[in-house]
Amino acid sequence: MTWFEKIIPSRIKTERRTRSVPEGLWIKCEACDAVLYRAELERNLNVCPKCSHHMRIGARDRLTRFLDPGSSVEIAVGIEAEDPLRFRDTKRYKDRLLAAQKVTGERDALIVMTGTLLGLELVAAAFEFRFMGGSMGSVVGERFARAASHCVKHRMPLVCFSASGGARMQEGLFSLLQMAKTSAAIAELGREKLPFISVLTDPTTGGVSASLATLGDLNIAEPRALIGFAGPRVIHQTVRETLPEGFQRAEFLLEHGAVDMIVDRREQRERIAAVLRMLMHVATPAN
Amino acid sequence: MDLNFLDFEQPIAELEAKIEQLSYVGNDAEVNIAEEINRLRMKSRTLTKSIFSNLTSWQIAQLARHPQRPYTLDYVPLLFTEFQELHGDRMYADDAAIVGGPARLEGRPVMLIGHQKGRDTKERVRRNYGMPKPEGYRKALRLMKLAERYRLPVVTLIDTPGAYPGVGSEERNQSEAIARNLYEMATLSVPIVSCVIGEGGSGGALAIGVCDQLLMLQYSVYSVISPEGCASILWKSADKRELAAEAMGMTAERLAKLSLVDEVVPEPLGGAHREPLVMAERLRSALSRQVEVLCNQPLDTLLATRAQRLRSFGVYRDA
Repeated sequence: MTWFEKIIPSRIKTERRTRSVPEGLWIKCEACDAVLYRAELERNLNVCPKCSHHMRIGARDRLTRFLDPGSSVEIAVGIEAEDPLRFRDTKRYKDRLLAAQKVTGERDALIVMTGTLLGLELVAAAFEFRFMGGSMGSVVGERFARAASHCVKHRMPLVCFSASGGARMQEGLFSLLQMAKTSAAIAELGREKLPFISVLTDPTTGGVSASLATLGDLNIAEPRALIGFAGPRVIHQTVRETLPEGFQRAEFLLEHGAVDMIVDRREQRERIAAVLRMLMHVATPAN
Repeated sequence: MDLNFLDFEQPIAELEAKIEQLSYVGNDAEVNIAEEINRLRMKSRTLTKSIFSNLTSWQIAQLARHPQRPYTLDYVPLLFTEFQELHGDRMYADDAAIVGGPARLEGRPVMLIGHQKGRDTKERVRRNYGMPKPEGYRKALRLMKLAERYRLPVVTLIDTPGAYPGVGSEERNQSEAIARNLYEMATLSVPIVSCVIGEGGSGGALAIGVCDQLLMLQYSVYSVISPEGCASILWKSADKRELAAEAMGMTAERLAKLSLVDEVVPEPLGGAHREPLVMAERLRSALSRQVEVLCNQPLDTLLATRAQRLRSFGVYRDA
């Protein structure tokens, strides 16, 4: 604190610190610094209208706007987390769950809905990154498996939007095994010849990228999304060299042959529907 | 013999040093020295028993990583009567962190796949400390497919700190290499028996660990992340690794209680590295028994049971 700050009466200092713009009316684009009107940004699926930077979007919001308006019905809702290890770090796992539920309004990090996409019936799932970093524990694994079962039962394709730091440490080996469980569920879709489209969004790393997210019949990435097995920090610590520009970004993956295409969020409905119609031998609608 | 004692084994190390000193003196024909040596041996054994009956998770993790712990290729000549090592993923390279090939287990041909760490510095570097790159997992998958074609049961030995996180790994899509193995192993139409012989490090372990029967050696560990990694993320300090090891429940005993492991193979007193021959004998008998049982099952039963097993992973409430 400088001598000048010391002589200012404390009341004024406090006032200056608490003064703020009304909650979230305007949002600054982290890529181009443009100041955006929140409602307009949301209408644009959280994509900056100025520079097309893809900001993160909540799972529920994403799904209801990916599916045809009014067509979505959530499934596998009643599945809730247990605490098989009675895990405790600096906080108890149970408390972390409650806090995440409070912040997000969701029960866990994966949401599954059925609905139609431009008339085509399908199941869509999305990770909620704000829920403990979109981490995959038993609930996420079970919900994903039920999504796949629903597809098999009703002969529908599956689309999953991933956004996750990986497996949920607080459930220990149970979490690791969700990688095997979700991969087995996708293997079943493959056997049944039902398409699985994986959309990798920012960020997708760890156990989720090393299981369900890279097993799509098509792997689609969102522009500039961070996608990789290990996080950049871990790699940096391991190899101790500066990482190349754009390393582990969607464009890097496309160049290295890891994803089929990069698709702008605003075009995903049309492009995914078009691919699914061809894979499933459905005619293009007349109009 | 230098057993390379761990810190919690220091009292045993001191006793053993005393015994060794005495045994040099022993040739001078004094009868009571032999007696004294025997007494100390007994004491050392009792002490080892008492220390090993009460190990913490972190101590077990240290044993699992013991520099003298037997690795896959140490077990191979003790478990199998024949082994032909096969190399390469046919696409990019041969990854020395994973070894494999057809082997004969009590007369029955099987496909062996295992992680391989190095013993000395040079070999450690060559084997990348047992951390496979994508080509390692793709070699493993190639061998599994070969096993499927010729109907050889697959035996995998797990011992890795984890899949290697590097620039090349990312360029060649480490995620996909691991995920593809999980996908293919879910429906591979031959029995798969896996055993964690040392470190079961996360996805890097699971990528050759989807199986019909999971075994663990008594002092091996299997976890979603290393105790150091868990501690540095959740406690913001790698020093809390002991707490993390305990909290994650990574030991064979704990995982067996959670019904995640089918069989725990007991180790000789003091750990597998003290008596590798005894360890190998126990492992051989456990593996061949498990393989035998699975080979007697009709294929559709085997695959249905595996699918059910994979589907049932996880603990949750269903309202």
